[in-house]
Amino acid sequence: MMELLQTLQQLGQDLLGPAWLPIWTVVKIMVITVPIMLTVAYLTLAERKVIGYMQIRIGPNRVGPYGLLQPLADGVKLLFKEIIVPTGSNKFLFIAAPILGLAPSLAAWAVIPFNDGMALTNVNAGLLYILAMTSLAVYGIIIAGWASNSKYAFLGAVRSAAQIVSYEIAMGFALVCVLLASQSMNLGDIVHGQQGSLGLLNWYFIPLFPMFLVYLISGVAETNRAPFDMAEGESEIVAGFHVEYSGMAFALFFLAEYANMILIAFLTAIMFLGGWLSPLPFLPDSFIWLLGKASFILFLFLWFRATFPRYRYDQLMRLGWKVFIPLTIVWVVVVAAWMQTSLWVW
Amino acid sequence: MQMIKNFFKTFLLFELLKGMALTGRYFFARKITVQYPEEKTPQGFRFRGLHAQRRYANGEERCIGCKLCEAVCPALAITIEVAEREDGTRRTTRYDIDLYKCIFCGFCEESCPVDAIVETRVFEYHGEKPGDLYYTKPMLLALGDKHEEQIAKDRAADAKYR
Repeated sequence: MMELLQTLQQLGQDLLGPAWLPIWTVVKIMVITVPIMLTVAYLTLAERKVIGYMQIRIGPNRVGPYGLLQPLADGVKLLFKEIIVPTGSNKFLFIAAPILGLAPSLAAWAVIPFNDGMALTNVNAGLLYILAMTSLAVYGIIIAGWASNSKYAFLGAVRSAAQIVSYEIAMGFALVCVLLASQSMNLGDIVHGQQGSLGLLNWYFIPLFPMFLVYLISGVAETNRAPFDMAEGESEIVAGFHVEYSGMAFALFFLAEYANMILIAFLTAIMFLGGWLSPLPFLPDSFIWLLGKASFILFLFLWFRATFPRYRYDQLMRLGWKVFIPLTIVWVVVVAAWMQTSLWVW
Repeated sequence: MQMIKNFFKTFLLFELLKGMALTGRYFFARKITVQYPEEKTPQGFRFRGLHAQRRYANGEERCIGCKLCEAVCPALAITIEVAEREDGTRRTTRYDIDLYKCIFCGFCEESCPVDAIVETRVFEYHGEKPGDLYYTKPMLLALGDKHEEQIAKDRAADAKYR
């Protein structure tokens, strides 16, 4: 496999010279983006199925065998729908907002290592880049809410902005713990730091267990998923920031939300569950493990949605500011002190 | 003590895990969905579906035009006009049920002294243009003729409770 890629690379280099690098990069980007888009499509089906099963229903099963063509049908439907631009809206921002929402959640994939050395770019400050990109995603929501010129959309945007700002801090501190433990901001090195002879006991979720939970919960809040879906809150503010959107513009928000979910799942897998490392030392490390771990986290996302009712807004803020932030700060100190002792074996 | 217990219950996410265990169990539970066109739920013999007018075995229509159903109908869906037939019996010249108004309460059937107006088990019907669901006497009689077997069976099953 690796040799084949190497020969392909060599061939392209000889054939096209300096023009080869951008072409090769675009190919790599496609190899990452297309599967993400497909995963997003099928994640929507998986969500409906899983939630259905937990409500003792069977979920969609009419389009294709077991409903497997449902995402395609939904996609085609949304494509052919009209994009309605409200008269009072800011037209440019109204159209730009969904793009701004989707772009960062795709851009963040640039630094995700899928296997040893298999990342689009091996940035040394990968963690910072991820934090920056996930924070940028909120602008799509804020701009959408503002440009719609609708009170529900605006309320949704305000809620979402406050929520993401609050949880970003807890998330950042949780990542500081990972950073301390691995002594690197490079995502590849973070995974290497979890390598050891004990398999899954070497992963960071054991010494950093509270941070693992904080990161997971903040991740749910960060992606505006139930039970933290205040930005949408269909029972309170109709559909929140995307009330005025229809057709493909709406679909882009949907794509962004699910792409973010997958991103958070991969990040959790990489930072706390050892990325591509195998849980048992005698099994080979492989991309499959990363996929399995990320799928498990995604299943948790769906499980949460099927189980928990939406948080009340003040409870959400209380959890973010009064529970998570103090907890994470304490744990940063604990980890920093712990690492100075001989009890730190990770 | 209670405070300490509550503190740990909150921090260890005890309630949340309990909730997730419940949904997790239901994930594997037998699904209760009835996949409608292929599968159907069982119907009782008192099922109140589309209306029909019955006839006696000799082909004579049962309705005697007493207008009890018209009087009892809470939705005012029934319109009846009565006249004397050549043989001197009292018969309806018009018997309309407006299914747009009907609420399928079954009062017409209950009030009928001769079991003429009945509600059948048919519930899969539709109208395609305005007025399609305005059922007239010939339509109702035709429905009665079509489903007489099932109607008679249901009345027989209900007989001991009346």
